[in-house]
Amino acid sequence: MTPSEIDKIFRDEAGRALATLIRLVGDFDLAEDALQEAFAVALERWPACGAPDNPRAWLVNVAKHKAIDRVRRQTVFRGKEQQLVHELELNAQAVDEPPAMLDDDMLRLIFTCCHPSFAPEVQVALTLRTVCGLSTVQVARAFLVSEEAMAQRLVRAKQKIRLAGIPYEVPERDTLVPRLDGVLTVIYLVFTEGYVATSGADLMRPDLAVEAIRLGRLLDRLMPERAGIKGLLSLMLLHDARRAGRETAAGDVVLLEEQDRMLWDRKQIEEGLRLVDDALRLPGRPQAYAVQAAIAALHARAASFEETDWAQIAGLYEVLLRISPSPVIELNHAAAVSMVDGPARALDLVDAITARGGLNGYELLPAVRADLLRRLGRKDEARAAYLAATEATQLEPLRRLYARRMREMD
Amino acid sequence: MQYLLMIYQNEVEYAKNDAATSQKMLAEYQAFTQSIIQSGNFKAGDRLRPTTTATTVRVRDGKTLTTDGPFAETREQLGGYYLIEAKDLNAAIEIAARIPSARIGSIEVRPIWVYDK
Repeated sequence: MTPSEIDKIFRDEAGRALATLIRLVGDFDLAEDALQEAFAVALERWPACGAPDNPRAWLVNVAKHKAIDRVRRQTVFRGKEQQLVHELELNAQAVDEPPAMLDDDMLRLIFTCCHPSFAPEVQVALTLRTVCGLSTVQVARAFLVSEEAMAQRLVRAKQKIRLAGIPYEVPERDTLVPRLDGVLTVIYLVFTEGYVATSGADLMRPDLAVEAIRLGRLLDRLMPERAGIKGLLSLMLLHDARRAGRETAAGDVVLLEEQDRMLWDRKQIEEGLRLVDDALRLPGRPQAYAVQAAIAALHARAASFEETDWAQIAGLYEVLLRISPSPVIELNHAAAVSMVDGPARALDLVDAITARGGLNGYELLPAVRADLLRRLGRKDEARAAYLAATEATQLEPLRRLYARRMREMD
Repeated sequence: MQYLLMIYQNEVEYAKNDAATSQKMLAEYQAFTQSIIQSGNFKAGDRLRPTTTATTVRVRDGKTLTTDGPFAETREQLGGYYLIEAKDLNAAIEIAARIPSARIGSIEVRPIWVYDK
């Protein structure tokens, strides 16, 4: 086996192996350390003998023994730890668990990381680190904070899980629904970070998008009757299906109007379209994610940018504004209106949002404004807005896009 | 696990309640306390006298300094507490949410540091 093959197995299995280990050893840090040790053993053995048939079960088993060793090595034995060693040894034989159980472990891990007693940004950070397997450095970068600050935040969060008695479980039916919303928000945030990174040289982080979609599928399989889950999964699939068309080989942004639709992933689009239909057919009030997915579906169905059903898209944004009003959705609505009624009317809407101060500091606001001004031929104002947009973003490909727009106006 | 549920509310606002409202609150508290005694979660709990009766003590350079009342100019003041035994944080939160004052003020839920004796 080559190191890159082994690396791929690690990446595929780390999240689920960790989720199971945490359940078995009852401690986030102990589980993480033990899994690292198991990886080290695998790196020694697998190149010569190949990976075992069930690499995840193997990793969990080796890590579990490493955890037992670790606890044993500690000189001072307290009652609780002795109990832990005993329990671990009791079930040390039962490794090959059915897949359903492992899925439950993953869900347990998500719900624990998204416990409502954590601030939203801690929920996301903990999910990125633990469920998605990002390094502390990567999570710190996504939040634009120092590695030390992020490490501190994660240590505190893991401490809280242990000391405050946050249970490692999927909540029961009656408390599940309010908790589910938070979990969906976190999964969507993981996805959006993968779809357009917060900062750095690369526009996208496909690994995060793929992970978010995997989590969405997992939830949908476990709770197939929830329109919010189906809607979110559909939304993520439809957006992600355009990945290959969204940037050039050089890493430059290709906007929707310029994308080669032949590059879109048709199979994934079909799946997304099926899911959004299912989501909209489920009883109950329309869910925000399902409506957003319906908008993405209209883009996916259009044969070309010009043939897009902008009127219906603008209408769907109005529905969205009624069920979950937000200035970001107002901005998207304005962009859709510009395609139906022209840029002048859209600019009025955007300026109205600005006047209310609702999107102060939102980096895409000056970009949308700049685009409308450019289309209206108001070059000087457009240039100023592109400069503001350039300053507002930390993402290199977007800076290059705005520079290109300014050059095109000369 | 043991948790301390600390009840915070604006005592100035609370003092403005008329007799009927206070009576109703008292009855709600009695019912709540009974319910957690019966469920086995209750360990201790009391209402505190208002912050106007409080004295703050500090020792600096070996000298004892006392000041009138609590220092912090917070909107809400500690007005009472429950010490409970609960399975986990979710169970503690569920109990905290049933404290009548949760609707007016806020309840801080803190796990107790239990020392091995």
